[in-house]
Parts: sequence; structure tokens; C-alpha cells
Amino acid sequence: MSTYDKSMALTGEPPKSLSISQKIATILGLSGLGILLLAVFNVNFPNKVLWLTLSLLAISFGIIWFAWDAYSNKLPGIKNDGVWFKSISSRGLWAWVAGLSLTGFYVVLYFYPEYLGLVSNGDNKGVIGLFDPLSKLLSGNPASQWFVYGTLYTVAILAFGIKFLWKYRHNRYERLRTFSVMFFQTAFAFIIPELMARLNGHKVLNGGSLPYFDLKNVWPLNYYNFEGYRIKGFLSSGDIGFALLIFAILSIFVITPILTYKYGKRWYCSWVCGCGGLAETAGDSFRQLSDKSTKAWKIERWVVHSVVVFVTLMTTAVIYSYLGTDTSKYWLTKSTFLIGVAVLLTMVFGWVMIFKRDQLQKDAQYGAIGYFVIIIALIGFHFFSGEGQVFLFKSETLRKSYSFLIGSIFSGVIGTGFYPIFGNRVWCRFGCPMAAILGFQQKLFSRFRITTNGGQCISCGNCSTYCEMGIDVRAYAQKGENIVRSSCVGCGICSAVCPRGVLKLENGPLEGRIDSNQVLLGNDVDLMTLVNKK
Amino acid sequence: MEHIVIIGNGIAGVTAARHIRKLSDKKITIVSAESKYFFSRTALMYVYMGHMKFEHTQPYENHFWQKNRIELVEGRVSHVNTEQKAIQIDGAPDLNYDKLIIATGSKPNKFGWPGQDLNGVQGLYSKQDLELLENNAPNNKVCKHAVIVGGGLIGIELAEMLRTRDIPVTFLVRETSFWNGVLPNGESQMINEHIQEHHIDLRLGASLKEIKPDENGKVKSVTIAESGEEIECNLVGLTAGVAPNIDFLKDSGIELGRGVKVNRQLETNIKDIYAIGDCAEQHVAIGNRRPIEAVWYTGRMMGEALAQTICENPMEYNPGNWFNSAKFLDIEYQTYGWVFSERSKKETESHFHWRHPKEKICITIAFHKDSETFLGINTFGIRLRHEVFDRWLNEKRTMGFVIEHLADANFDPEFYKSFESEIISKYNKDYGKSITPKKKNLKRIFQIS
Repeated sequence: MSTYDKSMALTGEPPKSLSISQKIATILGLSGLGILLLAVFNVNFPNKVLWLTLSLLAISFGIIWFAWDAYSNKLPGIKNDGVWFKSISSRGLWAWVAGLSLTGFYVVLYFYPEYLGLVSNGDNKGVIGLFDPLSKLLSGNPASQWFVYGTLYTVAILAFGIKFLWKYRHNRYERLRTFSVMFFQTAFAFIIPELMARLNGHKVLNGGSLPYFDLKNVWPLNYYNFEGYRIKGFLSSGDIGFALLIFAILSIFVITPILTYKYGKRWYCSWVCGCGGLAETAGDSFRQLSDKSTKAWKIERWVVHSVVVFVTLMTTAVIYSYLGTDTSKYWLTKSTFLIGVAVLLTMVFGWVMIFKRDQLQKDAQYGAIGYFVIIIALIGFHFFSGEGQVFLFKSETLRKSYSFLIGSIFSGVIGTGFYPIFGNRVWCRFGCPMAAILGFQQKLFSRFRITTNGGQCISCGNCSTYCEMGIDVRAYAQKGENIVRSSCVGCGICSAVCPRGVLKLENGPLEGRIDSNQVLLGNDVDLMTLVNKK
Repeated sequence: MEHIVIIGNGIAGVTAARHIRKLSDKKITIVSAESKYFFSRTALMYVYMGHMKFEHTQPYENHFWQKNRIELVEGRVSHVNTEQKAIQIDGAPDLNYDKLIIATGSKPNKFGWPGQDLNGVQGLYSKQDLELLENNAPNNKVCKHAVIVGGGLIGIELAEMLRTRDIPVTFLVRETSFWNGVLPNGESQMINEHIQEHHIDLRLGASLKEIKPDENGKVKSVTIAESGEEIECNLVGLTAGVAPNIDFLKDSGIELGRGVKVNRQLETNIKDIYAIGDCAEQHVAIGNRRPIEAVWYTGRMMGEALAQTICENPMEYNPGNWFNSAKFLDIEYQTYGWVFSERSKKETESHFHWRHPKEKICITIAFHKDSETFLGINTFGIRLRHEVFDRWLNEKRTMGFVIEHLADANFDPEFYKSFESEIISKYNKDYGKSITPKKKNLKRIFQIS
């Protein structure tokens, strides 16, 4: 390998330098961040409204100006020139600088919000204090570290969204999808929940308080959605609260399976989801960094499905912990709930093992059986051990470990902090239990596939290189095989970068969805039938 | 155990090896002077452009070869001894074979131009050519100006590559319009415009007279034959087509024409020696195809067919309907069936042409003048479904049918604007018809009842 790569070493200076406009744009954007940084170090800005506005505008316009300069003078088409020459997008020095800064930011955000100026009793200081006026404008409450994060997150999706819209201005699928994530982030994740907070205590909620609820954030991505305090909040908030709780339950059990059946998991992962939204916009420059090896794929399958098991156990234990035992008080008791969970899991397991077994790899079957036995045994533990315990651990221990390991470290620190090193979908690929459940539906029960166009593939590898989920798309395309993979989020970039028009994301009949051809179209019919006959 | 030796690890040789492995336990060895592992030649341009790293052009992971018991030998085959069934390799020990497959691909054409071997003059075909280009044209300081000679697919790719590094490019095309030996006029004209849009100095009707050196034996300028104009440059790209890479077989006794002569079973005149891919030349051309087909997928198909023959299931190379695709800068091109240019089409071949009033999108459909049988289609900026057109060609559909069902064949990404109604109304106007378009139908597309 070594001699091999050296000979390809770039002796010259390929186009990787920034134009003067781009340099100024970068300085503008960084100056916006600089204002925030000064606030972190408790520089007291006399006029918070003015300085916060300046900061957010500088960040946004820095990004937008940079993008305008990069794309406006070029014809519509694929814009990947120099991606592997630029330090930031090829794991160079700037990538590490960006990765470490982001990671540091997440560590502070999750574990040391007091350094950002969070004050629990009294006025916020620092950068959180800077955001107070905006927060009060929206929800009437002072800002928290999550409000700061949510605002910056939305700004990133909007500004980098505009960049993405220019970059792919020739591609309507990409444009519509990007408008969609920009809309859902701004409206559903940011503005609506803040405005909903104004209703708290109001008589339409019977004086109750709704928990902060991003309506599109479905369990298990929103792993805390069914925790005790939230259920209380929902149930104390009259008909609206009850409707929201029902909506949260229907979301995972009814709405998502139907939409995934019809359109594949892309309807969520690359059209609606906030994590996906950030990955597709701010993370777009890093999609080529995902690992395409079969080894990475194997690790992905085990890790992401283990997270599903973990979140299922954790949620079951948490709900179990606040349910009662007396049927006369409330129909749902610890026992009925556990029996319900067991029945549901058994039905899913049985359906897969009876009808869909041939679509699972050997290790997937072993994994499914193993995990199923463990969950059922743990549920059984309740009935044999008498009172109080389920799953050996206290529900609170499970909840806290999940929240720390998966909710903070995996999705934030690694998932987003390491965009410039591991690619933009690390969390979605290896960690997100929602993506795993939707992927499971997509693989086994969906009309979605990426169709390979007969014999046109030239094995160039653009599709695999730019697949953010690390799918070796070419491996299928060059065999003339459709791509039906649980991890595919349907971003459509493989199809966009293909120079020969080989790939098309589409929803079609289940019949013939997974077709494995040994010989591609183009040869005479006899040879095709002969070789395809196994 | 029978030993199959394959010379060349391009798409043809590697496909043959993979299919032989699928069908048998024979010992397989691939010899290559170009690279240890198979890579996709068509993707070399993207490495120079920074879209991919070289390793991304390799379709199989490095452990694939050992796992499938395909031995890889690095070295250049210098001689084939057909008597003793042995090959001599520069850089590796000799090998004995039971069956030999020649899959050595092509090399860039040189037509004896003065100065064609100067430093700074090169083709673009192999991995080594790419490395050379990285030396000759790393940036626009070392390479202040480049001249490309030969208006074909590789020429326009090379122009695109150099432009990504802001190197000024003059593109000499001998024909009066880009690739108009293959493309009908309307399309060729549109590509001319697109080339100029990309700030490439396109010179039509201009051929190379000579390449002049500077005092160090490096290229200094080229002279155009027609105008006598001299253009200073630091790089000359020779992209006037390719020819089979078979010089090492000259005294082997294997029958050669321009390529290695083979029959439909891909056998040469010598028993147990076969040739596939770009270097194979059919005794008699198949259909409208050329005797030597230097196309990615034909190499693959020959490999598939030959693997059957070698594994005791004799089979002819029997390509189906012609198809191909390419990308001209930002414009994708696909073709199914035969659409000939004005220069080479028969009198019975009629063309229907539609071009978008503003964007660089157009189609040409060829049909038989009298019977109105559909013959082929070219599209630029519109993707088409291979299976649908393959079926229509097999079913010998009429022009009316194709026009009516055009929506079924569209393969553009979802939500793309489609142009079927514009295309059909132009057709109706041109030919006095009143065809109404049928809506896209999944059942027809996927052939389910």
C-alpha cells in the first residue's frame, strides 16, 4: 500500500486556496463567533440585543457570502472540485482544529453549562445571558444552554442550508429536501416549542404545564419522551396535553411505519429530522469521510441495534418505575405494561423470523435471537422476583447511563463534534435508535429502493465516496443490483454525483425490489438467464 | 489444477477472473504492470479533480483478492511463448499457464506528429498517465497553458480536469463540430456551446501540425495545420482515440490485426489463448458495433462470456442492444439503440430533435423513415431507464409508441421537471400527428401484472 500511495502524492498546488472574498467572509463569520466567545468570558455587552443580533448576522452572512463566492460564478452541476485537497474536508489540520473545538463546545454544553453563564437562581451571565432577550421574546423565559444551542443549531441549518441550495441548484430533489429540513428545524424544533411554553399555566391547558416538545422528535430519538415528569406534564394539560401524548405514541407505532412503508426512512432522516438536517447542511462538506469498509458496516450493525435494545430496556424500566400495581386506580399497571411490551416484541420478532428471515444476514439472526431472549428474560424477572425491580438495574441508573452515554456523548460529542473526522452521519449511522428502527422497516417492509440503471455503471466510485452513511453503493450498482439497505437515509447524493445516470431513488412495487443480478443488462438474454439462475 | 493466467487487471480481466472463481476452483493469476489492485480507469479524472482519492477508485477492498484466491502479480509481460505455454514477465518470475487470457486494454493513439514524444506531451489512459499529469500540470504556475489535441470523450475530460485547476486550455478539434462523427448536429452544436461556457478555447476544424520543443527538450508550443497559428503551451494532451495495447505480442504467433483477432467465442488462432476487452478485435463486426469496442461495459461482458467458455460451458460473446453514456462537463449523455450522425447515417434513418429553449437539454430520436420503427435515442440532460429502452428495442416498437410512453422511460431524480409534453408537442407539430402522452405507470415500468 505504501509505495502505491506515495506515487500519487500531489506535488503541486491544486485549487484549494480561498479567494479574497472567501477570506473576508471567513473573518466575518469568525467575528460573529468571537462575540459569543467574548460573552463566554463574561465581557459585558451594554446592549445585548444589538450585540446578539450582530453576532448571529455576522455568522450567517459569513457563511452565505462564502458560499456565494464559491458557487455563484460556476455553472449548475456537481461542485466537488478539490474536496480531497482542502484541509478542512480531508482530515487535515483545519479538520482537527474544527473537530476539537466542536467537541470541546459539546463537553461544556452538556456537562459544564455554568461556564456558559447558566445561573439557576437569578440572572444568567455570559453567553447564555446574551441570549436572554431573544428567549424572553419567544417564550417569555430566560435562556438556558439549550436555548443557546437551539438558536445556533437553527442558524447553522439555515445558513448552511442556503449554501447547500446553491451548491445543488440544478437538483430539485436536493432543493426540496433542504427547504424541508430548514422549515422543520425553524418551525418545529425552534419556534413552536418556545411559543408553546407561553401557554403554560394558561386555562387552555387547564392551568397545567407542557414539557418542551418538538413535535417531530419521535421516541426513541427523543428517548426521554415518556419519562414520568413529562407524562405528568402532558396529563395535567387538559385535552391538548392528552392529544400531544397520544400523538407521541402514534408517531412511533403508527405514523412512522406507514410513512416509511410508502417512502422509505428518508421521509424522516433527510427531510424532517433535526440531526439529519444539521448533517445535511452544516455537515455536507464532510460526507465523503465516512468509512466504507465491510468491517465498519459490521460494527455499525451491532452498535446501532444494541442502542435500540438499550433504549427499549431503559424506557420500559422508566415507565415501569412510575406505574402503580393497583388496577382499580389506573388501568395500566406494572404487570399489564410489561406484558404489553413482551407481546409487542414477540409479535415483531415472530413476524421477522417467520416471514423475513431470508432477508437477514446470519449474524443479524443470531443478534435478534440473542437480544430477544435477553429482553424477555429480563421482563420475566419482574414476575419471578416479586416487587420493585426490573432488569437488574434501577430504572434511574439505566436512564442516567443512557442519557450520558448515548444522549450526550454519542449523539453530541462524537456524533457532531467529530463531523470533520468521521463524517457527518456518525450518530445517524452508528448510534441513532430511531434510524435503526426506521431502517429495519425500510429493509423489510418498504416501497423505497435505489434503482440501478441496467448496465450503465462504470464503477467510478463517486456514489460510494459521497455516501454519508458509508454504504458501498458501487458494490451494488456495478452488479446491476438495486440498493436496499437499512441505513440508507435517502439523501440522494449518490444519484446526484453519478456521472452516468445510474441511480434513482424511488418508491415502487415490493415485487422485484431486491433483485440480484449476476450478469448485467446488455449481454444477450441467454447468458443473463443462465448466470442469474443460482 | 488448471492454471488460468490473465494479462491485465482492467474491467475485462477482473470480470473474467471473478466469474471463473464463481464457477470453478481453478487457479487464477492476474498480471499487471499498471497497478497492483484493480481500479476504475474511468474515475482517474476525479482523482486529479480532487473529487476522490485514488483508493476510492478501487471497487474491491484489498482483502478481496486473497479471500477469493485470485493471485496478483505485478510486472510487465514481455513475451508469450505459445509452444511452452509460458509468459515472461519483467519484474517477476516467468509463469506457466494452461489457459491464457489477454486483456491488456488500450494505449493512446499517436499519429506520428513531429514532437509527439517530447517532455510535456502525454495521453490520458493509465494510472501512470495521471501521475505524469500531476507532474506536468500540477497548477497554473507550472502549466500556464495547455493544448488538447483530439475532440473525443477523453479530450473533453482532460479539458474539464485542467479547468478545475484554472489552467487555460485550448482544445483542438479536427472536425467542424465537437464529436460530430458520432453525434447528430444539434447535439454536437449544444456541446460546442457548453465547452465555451466553461471558458475552454475550442478550436473547431483545427488539427495539429507539429509540437515544438524549448532548449530543454520540453514542449514549448504547438502549430495548427490549418491556420499556421502557433500556441505557446506547457502541456500537450494527445487524446485522439486509443488503440489496442498489444505490441508485446508481435512475434508470439498470435494473429493480430489492429487488435488481437478473436472469434465470437473470444478465442485467438492459438488454442487456449483468448483475448477480451479493448484489445480484442472481432474477425467480423457484430451488428453495427465496431470490431474493436473500447467501452467499459463491453469489456465486462466479454469477461462474463469468456468465464463461461473457460468453465466448460462454451459461449459466444453476444452483446444485446447498443447503449452507452458519458458526461460532457456538466451535461450527462445517454444513448440506447443507434442514432447516427448526419455524416454516417443511412438514408432511411430519420431524426426527431428537440432542444430546450434555454437550458442545455436535448434529445434526438432515430426512426426508420418508412416503417417508423424506433431505432435509437440520444438524450442530454435527461436520464433514461435502460431496461425500458432495451425492452422497446427488442419489441421493435414504433416511434408513435415510444413518444406516447416517454414518461415511463424517464430516470431523472424525483421532482425533476420533465419535458415530455414539450417533446411530444414538438413531435406532433413536426410530423402532423396528434399523440397524447401516457402518464407514467409503475406496472408497465416494472413489468408486473
